[in-house]
Amino acid sequence: MATRGAKQIERSRSSAHEGFLQHRNHRWLKIALGLSIAALIVYLGVDVEPRHNGGSWYGYTLGTIGALLILWLTMLGVRKRAMTRGYFSLKAWTSAHVYLGLSLIVIATLHTGFQLGWNVHTLAYVLMMIVILSGIYGIIAYSTLPEALSDNRSEMTRSQMIETIAKLDRQIDIAAQLLEDTEIVRSSLKENPFRAGIFARLSGSDRNCRNARALQDMRARLATATGEQEDAIRAVVQLLERKAAALARIRRQLKIKARLEVWLFIHVPTTFALIAALSVHILSVFYYW
Amino acid sequence: MSEQKVRIAIVGSGPAGLSAAARAKQLGISHLLIEKSDHLSDTIYKYQKGKHVMATPVQLPRRSDMKFDAGKREAVLGLWDDLAAEFAIDALINAEVLSITGQDGDFVLKVKGAANRWQRPDKPGEPHGPNVAGAGSDQVQEIRAEKVILAIGTQGNPNRMRVPGGDLPHVQYQLDDPNAYDNEHITVVGAGDAGIENALGLLEDPKLDNVVTILNRTADFSRAKGPNVQAMFAARDEGRLTVMPETTPALVENGWLTVETRDGPQRFRCDRIIARMGSAPPRAFVEGCCATFIEQEDPDGGKPKKVIKPGTGIEFSSPDREAYPKLSPQFESTVPGIFVVGALAGYPLIKHCMNQGYDVVEFINGNTSLEPVDTPLLAAKFSALPGRRSVDEWLEFLRENVIILNGVSPLQMREFMLDSDVRFYRAGDTVFERNEPGSSLFAIASGSVLVEVDPRDRSITVPIETGSIFGEVGLISGRPRGATVRAAEDAIIVEVSRLSALKLMAAVPAAKEAVTRISVERQLLQIFKSGLTSADLADVLDDYKIVRVRAGEAIINEGEEGYDVFVIRVGSMVVERTVAGRPVFLSYLPAGSYVGEMALLDGGRRTATVRAAIKSEVIRLNGDKMRALLARNARLRERFETDMANRQRLNSFIEAKKESFSGAVDLYSSVATFLVEQGIGDATDVLLIDEKLCVGCDNCEKACADSHDGLSRLNREAGKTYAHLHVPTSCRHCEHPHCMADCPPNAIHRGPDGEVFIDDSCIGCGNCQRNCPYGVIRMEMVPPKKPNLLSWLFFGRGPGPGEPSQKWAKANLPLTGDEKKDAELTKKRAIKCDMCSGIPGGPACVRACPTGAAIRVKPEEFLTVARLEA
Repeated sequence: MATRGAKQIERSRSSAHEGFLQHRNHRWLKIALGLSIAALIVYLGVDVEPRHNGGSWYGYTLGTIGALLILWLTMLGVRKRAMTRGYFSLKAWTSAHVYLGLSLIVIATLHTGFQLGWNVHTLAYVLMMIVILSGIYGIIAYSTLPEALSDNRSEMTRSQMIETIAKLDRQIDIAAQLLEDTEIVRSSLKENPFRAGIFARLSGSDRNCRNARALQDMRARLATATGEQEDAIRAVVQLLERKAAALARIRRQLKIKARLEVWLFIHVPTTFALIAALSVHILSVFYYW
Repeated sequence: MSEQKVRIAIVGSGPAGLSAAARAKQLGISHLLIEKSDHLSDTIYKYQKGKHVMATPVQLPRRSDMKFDAGKREAVLGLWDDLAAEFAIDALINAEVLSITGQDGDFVLKVKGAANRWQRPDKPGEPHGPNVAGAGSDQVQEIRAEKVILAIGTQGNPNRMRVPGGDLPHVQYQLDDPNAYDNEHITVVGAGDAGIENALGLLEDPKLDNVVTILNRTADFSRAKGPNVQAMFAARDEGRLTVMPETTPALVENGWLTVETRDGPQRFRCDRIIARMGSAPPRAFVEGCCATFIEQEDPDGGKPKKVIKPGTGIEFSSPDREAYPKLSPQFESTVPGIFVVGALAGYPLIKHCMNQGYDVVEFINGNTSLEPVDTPLLAAKFSALPGRRSVDEWLEFLRENVIILNGVSPLQMREFMLDSDVRFYRAGDTVFERNEPGSSLFAIASGSVLVEVDPRDRSITVPIETGSIFGEVGLISGRPRGATVRAAEDAIIVEVSRLSALKLMAAVPAAKEAVTRISVERQLLQIFKSGLTSADLADVLDDYKIVRVRAGEAIINEGEEGYDVFVIRVGSMVVERTVAGRPVFLSYLPAGSYVGEMALLDGGRRTATVRAAIKSEVIRLNGDKMRALLARNARLRERFETDMANRQRLNSFIEAKKESFSGAVDLYSSVATFLVEQGIGDATDVLLIDEKLCVGCDNCEKACADSHDGLSRLNREAGKTYAHLHVPTSCRHCEHPHCMADCPPNAIHRGPDGEVFIDDSCIGCGNCQRNCPYGVIRMEMVPPKKPNLLSWLFFGRGPGPGEPSQKWAKANLPLTGDEKKDAELTKKRAIKCDMCSGIPGGPACVRACPTGAAIRVKPEEFLTVARLEA
C-alpha cells in the first residue's frame, strides 16, 4: 500500500524548506566566519611596522575587501527589485547579505588597526557600525515577529480589516441616530488607524483615539441613562466595543509591520551616508598618500 | 375502417413520420400515418410553450416535402399542420399501435383507441377540434400494410431518476408550460438540449420568481447544441441560473434535494425536479415486432416466461439500454419490410428525421439509386484517400476496421464522419509531435503507427496496430501530446475532435467501453511498467471496474479483508492509519498511483485506510487475477515487493514514532488534513508560505507582476492558514483543471512542465474564472509597459516595482484613437499563474522571497509522514 510513502524520505528533504538564516545548511555563516577568522589570524600573525594601520599592505587589502563588500551589500536593494529572468534566489542573497555584513565588523575593525579619531575616516566606520547594528535589529525582528503577524491577522487581509471598520462605521452611524447627543459618537467615525504617527504605530496604541473616547463617554452615559435612551446607548456601546477590537487588531498589525520595517529607515539612508563618507575616506587617503 | 390495407403504414407522426407520409402522398402511394396522441408530432407538441426550435446541423441540407425552419414551437407546429392539410395526408390520431405481426407484404398492425381521421386543427398546436371524441376508447382494430415505417421516437421512454426519493410526485420528466410555476426552487437534472431549454424557459418571464438550478453529470456539455450551452452560460453570468457541473442527484426529499458534487455532498431547497436525462428506445415493443415468442423455464422454479426467440423480431445493436436497432443503409430493420427512421434510428435532430422520412419512402418505392443527402459532403472527405471506394464502402470500411466504431450503426457512422476527418499518411509521416497541443482522438483504419516513447532516442518505439486508437489521453486530461506518433506504414487514420468523441461515447455505449478499455490498458502498462505487454493484461482487463469515489469516501478500510488492487485514474487519495486511537495521515497518492498491493502479496488484512481527497475515479482490479499476473511476471512481482517493503518501513517508522513523537505526528497529521481540505488533492504544484518566516513584504506579488505583463497572479494575504502554514490564493495546477472544462476558444493548455496556462487566444469571457473553485484567475486589462527600474530608482519615473495601480495603467495606455486597436488594448483577459514557464530561473515568487518563506511543492512530496524523519 501507499506505494510512494517511504520512497520519498529522500526527496522530501529538498522540499523541507530552510529560512534565510539556515540557507544551504548555513553556507554563508561558514564563509563569513572563515573570512573573519582568516583575517584575524593574518592580523595576529604578520608583523606590520610601526603598528597595524589602514595604510599598510594588509590594511589596504582589508580596506579593499571591505569597500567592495559594502558596495556589493548595497546591491541587495537593486537585486530585490529587479526581477530578471535568470537563476537567482533572493533568499541566498539575503543570507549572504546578513553574514557577510556581520563579517564587516571584524574586517573593518581590523582595517582600522584600532586607530580611531574625530575625522572623516572614523565617521565612515561609525556609520558602517550604525548600519550593521540596525541590521542586527532587522535580523532579530525578521526571526521573531512574523509568527505574531500571522497570528494577529488570523486569515484576514488588509482590505478585509478596512472593510470591517467601514461596516461597523455604517452601523454606528445608523445606531447613533437614536441618541440625544450624537456628536462624540459621530466623531469616532472619522477615526483612521492608518493615519498615525511613528510612535503611535510602534506602540500600537493611540491615546487620542476618537473611538476610545466615544466608548468611554458612552459607557459613562450608560450608567445614568434610562428607558429608550438606555437601549440606544447600549446598542452604540456594543458597536463601539466591536470597533475598538477591530481597531486594536489593525493597530497591532501596523505595530508589528512597523517594527519589521522601522530599522530600514536607519539602515538604508545611513548606507548612503556611509557610501558618501567612504568615498571621501578613500579619496582623501589617496590624495594624502 | 375495420379492414383496410395500405401500401405503407407509418407509425408515429413526428418530423420523420410526417415527412414520410408527405412523400408517399406526392408519389401517390397509399399510406396511413398512425399517431397515438390526439395531435400530430407529439414530441414537438410537448415542448414547452414558446420554445425556440433549432435547425441543426446547419451544414446539412434538408430534403423533404415538409418545410421546416428554426422558429417558435407554435410556428413550427402550425406550418406542419398547414402542410399536412394541404397534402391531404391520410392520418389517424388517438390510435396506439399495440403490436405488429405478419411478414413483408402483409403486416398486421393491432391498433387501440378511437382512431379518428386527422383534420387540421383550428389553432396551431392545439388538440384537434371536433374530432377528438372517442379519445381514450379501448376499441381494438387491425390495419394491414405491405410495409411498415417505425418513426416513434424515444421520448415516450425517458430515463428515470434512480435515487432514493426519485419516485416522489414532484419529480417530473417533462415541462409543458414554463410559466405555470411561480416562486419555486426548481432543479433541472441533465444539461442536454431538453434540460437547458427547460431551465431557460423557466427563467424567461422575470415576473415569475423561480430559483432555477441545472445539474450536469460531467464537466463538459458535449450533449447539447452550442447555442444552447452559450445561452445557459449567459444566464448564469447574469446571476439568473445556477449551473452545477460534475454534480449528480443523490437523495430527493420533499422540498429538498441532496446532490453529490466534486467537493462532496450538498443539500439545498428544491420544490420541483425536472429530470431530462435522455430517453431510450421503447425496446420491448420494437423487439416484439414480428417476433416469435417461446417459453423459457425460470431457473428459480417460477412460472415459465415468454421470451423472444433469438433471431426473430427487430434486433438491436447491443444489449445496452440506450442501444438502437440494427439497420441497413436503407433503414430496413432485421425484419424485412419494417423500416426504422428518426430518433429510434439514433437521430434525434429534426432535419435528419425529415430527410430520412423522405428517403425511406423513396427506397420502398424502388428508388435504389437515391443517395443520402449528406453523400456529397462525405464524398469530399473521402476524396483524398487512396483506392476508389464509394461513400458507403468507405463508411463500412472504417466501421469494420476501427474497434471503437464496431458498435456504431451505418447511419450513425454517416453523422459521426460528418464531424470527423480521415486522412492518409505515408510511412514515416508524423501524425503529431510530442508536446503539441491537441485533444482529439485518433483511430487507425488501416496500417499502423509507432509511438516514440523516449524523447532522447527516436528508435525506441511502441507500435499501435490497425483498429486501435491513440491520443485518448487528450480526452481526459487536456495535457499536450505525450509522445510523437508516426505512421509505421501507409495508413488511413480518422481524427475525431474531443467533442465528437465524447458525443460518440455518450451515444454508443460500446464505443465508450472500447475507449475505456484501451485507455485503462495503457494506463496500467504505464504504471506497472516491468516490461508488461497488453497480452499480459488481457486476463486482468476482463474483470476491472471503474469506480467513482466521492470526496472523503474510503476505498480501503483498515482491518478489512480483501486484496483487490486499486489504480487511481482521476483525483487523488490519502492514506491514513489509526495509531493510538487517532487517525494519522500517512501519505498522499496522486493520480497514476496504485494501492492495495500489501494485502495482495502477504494475504493479510488491510493495514491502512485509503480515502478520496477529492472526487476521484479508481480502477478496481480483481485480486485473484492480479495474483495470477504476478505469478506469471517476476519483474512485476519484484516491483510490487519493493513497494511493499518501502511501505512496511513506513509502517514500522510510524510504530516507532508513536511513543516518542506523538505530538509531532499529531501536528503533521492535522497540517496534512488542513492542506487536503484546501484542495491540495487537486494540485500538482502548489505555492505555500511559511508564516513563521513571512515578513509581509509582498515581494512575491511584485516579482510575479514584474515577470508577467505587470499583473500579479497571486494574492499572498488571501487564503487559509493553519499552524502558520499559509495557502495563498494562487494556481495549484490541478491534475484535472476545472478552468479547462469550458473555454470557448480552447485557450487553456497544460505545458511540458505540468503548468496550466492561458494562451493569447483568450477572449475574456470569464468562464475559467467562474469555474475555478480556488478563485485564482483574475480578469484584468494588461497595463502598459513601465519605465525601467533604474529610471525609477534615480529619477522616480513610473510606478516602481510590482503591479502598477489601475489609475496609472489607465493614464499611461498608449491609446491610438483607432477604436479597434484601443479595444484590444483595454480588453480584459484571464490572468493566472503559469509557473513562470519559459523563465530559466523558475517561479519568480519563490526566487524573490527574501526570507525563504515562499516554497512551491508537489503535494505527494510534501504530504508524507516521512517528512517527520527529516
